[in-house]
Amino acid sequence: MSDSIRAICMPKWGLSMKEGTVAGWLMDEGDEISSGDEVMDVDTEKISSAVEVSESGILRRQIASEGDTLSVGDLLGVLADEATPDADIDAFVTEFQANYVPPADDEEDGGAATETVDVDGRSIRYLLRGEGGVPIILVHGFGGDLNNWLFNHEALAATRAVYALDLPGHGASSKDVGEGGVAALAAVVSGFMAALGIDKAHLVGHSLGGAIALSVALDNADKVASLTLIGSAGLGADIDGDYLQGFIAAERRKDLKPHVEKLFSDPALVTRQLINDLLAFKRIDGVQAALETIMAAFAPGGSQALVLRDRIGDVAGPVLAIWGSGDRIVPASHAEGLPGNVRVEVMAGQGHMVQMEAASEVNRLIDELIG
Amino acid sequence: MARNISYQQAIGEALAQEMERDETVILMGEDVAGGAGSPGEDDAWGGVLGVTKGLYGKFGDRVMDTPITESAFIGAAVGAATSGLRPVAELMFIDFMGVCFDQMFNQAAKFRYMFGGNAETPVVIRTMYGAGFRAAAQHSQCLYPVFTHIPGLKVVTPSTPYDAKGLLIQSIRDNDPVIFCEHKALYTLEGDVPEEAYAIPFGEANVTREGDDVTIVTLGRMLHVAHEAADALAKEKISCEVVDLRTTSPMDTDTIIESVENTGRLVVLDESHPRCSIATDVSAIVAQEAFGALKAPIRMVTAPHVPVPFAENLEDLYIPDAGQVQQAVRTVMGKD
Repeated sequence: MSDSIRAICMPKWGLSMKEGTVAGWLMDEGDEISSGDEVMDVDTEKISSAVEVSESGILRRQIASEGDTLSVGDLLGVLADEATPDADIDAFVTEFQANYVPPADDEEDGGAATETVDVDGRSIRYLLRGEGGVPIILVHGFGGDLNNWLFNHEALAATRAVYALDLPGHGASSKDVGEGGVAALAAVVSGFMAALGIDKAHLVGHSLGGAIALSVALDNADKVASLTLIGSAGLGADIDGDYLQGFIAAERRKDLKPHVEKLFSDPALVTRQLINDLLAFKRIDGVQAALETIMAAFAPGGSQALVLRDRIGDVAGPVLAIWGSGDRIVPASHAEGLPGNVRVEVMAGQGHMVQMEAASEVNRLIDELIG
Repeated sequence: MARNISYQQAIGEALAQEMERDETVILMGEDVAGGAGSPGEDDAWGGVLGVTKGLYGKFGDRVMDTPITESAFIGAAVGAATSGLRPVAELMFIDFMGVCFDQMFNQAAKFRYMFGGNAETPVVIRTMYGAGFRAAAQHSQCLYPVFTHIPGLKVVTPSTPYDAKGLLIQSIRDNDPVIFCEHKALYTLEGDVPEEAYAIPFGEANVTREGDDVTIVTLGRMLHVAHEAADALAKEKISCEVVDLRTTSPMDTDTIIESVENTGRLVVLDESHPRCSIATDVSAIVAQEAFGALKAPIRMVTAPHVPVPFAENLEDLYIPDAGQVQQAVRTVMGKD
């Protein structure tokens, strides 16, 4: 059988994904596919996105059809070169399907279960994927958690270790946020690196996480290999204070949904499950106080307290700033006029969650920066 | 961080965390400390189903075994609530509420009203309900409609371990009397539950499955029957939306109406009897508030108007099942 045959499988987006429903193919049989191309739209109970392939070849077979619900890892389609005979592809499909075992309900994420580490008395949850190289650390924004990177984490981990952490007050980390501002949270990220023995890392930060990553890079020049800032705070005073306040105040689905919709360019991505997950987070004891403390220190009165724009030129390594042109939380105008050491990419029509909505492009830019 | 635990463990954890957080929270009931004549031993049973196991060892005499005198200890819990404690009383079977009606209906439910808003009664009655346990007519009823009828009581019917923990914590923190109804058949059900304490607000229904053709409103154990039916109906290309009420008083009528306005069809699934039940209540609300949205008459799936039978074959027939729900859905779809 030709070794050019490659399976396209149902991806696993986030720890809890068990299955996905095919919303439609984006490529036809016979199309030439390059690594990084999006081939299919898939809906899950939490989110919808495109399946990106990491191989190249011709799409020889569409196995899954629109409306099919398939378990993680099941066969969606087959890539192969032109020369591969149809009979070989048939044999490959038969063999794959005969051997495929859907993941058990209680199975953890292929060994990639979250772990916790003590950082100066706080328990910090993180998820590590991949191994080797200078690692990447992914730092989410206000109200987020490590799942904000579900479309980036695995792709970036193909060639190196990638850590995604939950900031204090978020996800499953301790709810004690200390003073709560960018500096306090940056100290936790530095402490996280020290606790795990990470001497040097590429930092990728989104929103508040961008300001935190920038702050770490400025204070620890020798520990940060590169810096990627996505829809980042810390580069100007403007921020949508109504969003922050509304996210904190909302106690029920109807109140929260309009605020969360502001994050995305496509509001249809804000599923009921996404809102339910956010409410479940907000309802945990201590979260409300943590978010209020962070807001009071980070954006008192709806305006960012710490602007590091003048110092971004001092960052030692390469810096990439990615923005959605339609970002309604932190305006894309903050990407203008940055010094020459910062590569700026503004994506037309994208919103604040650009790393989720334009994941393959964001992943490509980060890979390019890191090399 | 969330991990997989049972409904029973989720309830025990909610009690332990609230007792840890607030020293005015106390437990009382039959066998809640020890049981089997051995009160206080760490390895004692902890209530008939072991929900309170281990709490006596941690909290000592804040966990009180009572005599088999429901009217007395429910009354004592109500009294303790009016004088500064937050008692959680375990009434073994909801059926035993018969002898506690005065304490609940005339006293606990009325204090806030009759004292001009100056009295609060933060008492929780945890109690086991429902058929399917071979426990016969006096230990198997679904009496939550009776309490839902009484202004001044709040009524909670969790269907999952996650909801059981969050709703019980809310019940304990709430300043009004709460009847917390636990279905016997759900104690071993497992699900993801955060380790941390969290409270789910009352009066917020949970849309557990989104669909376009029919709304199934349900609660408690019947949620799982509704999902079984919805899975089967999906194969017939009928798309069901499932609404879990979570609390029957207060009731989230907005979510029910919003869903029926989208689907145009309603089936209400309720394990209680067909008259003056949650099924009739929801049906009446929709008929009054959203009649114009309905494309077909409402169907109710309930137990029959008879006591719960002791004969196993009859008890099995008594409990509403997925087949009946599917049939009701086909009827409102005009496909029967």
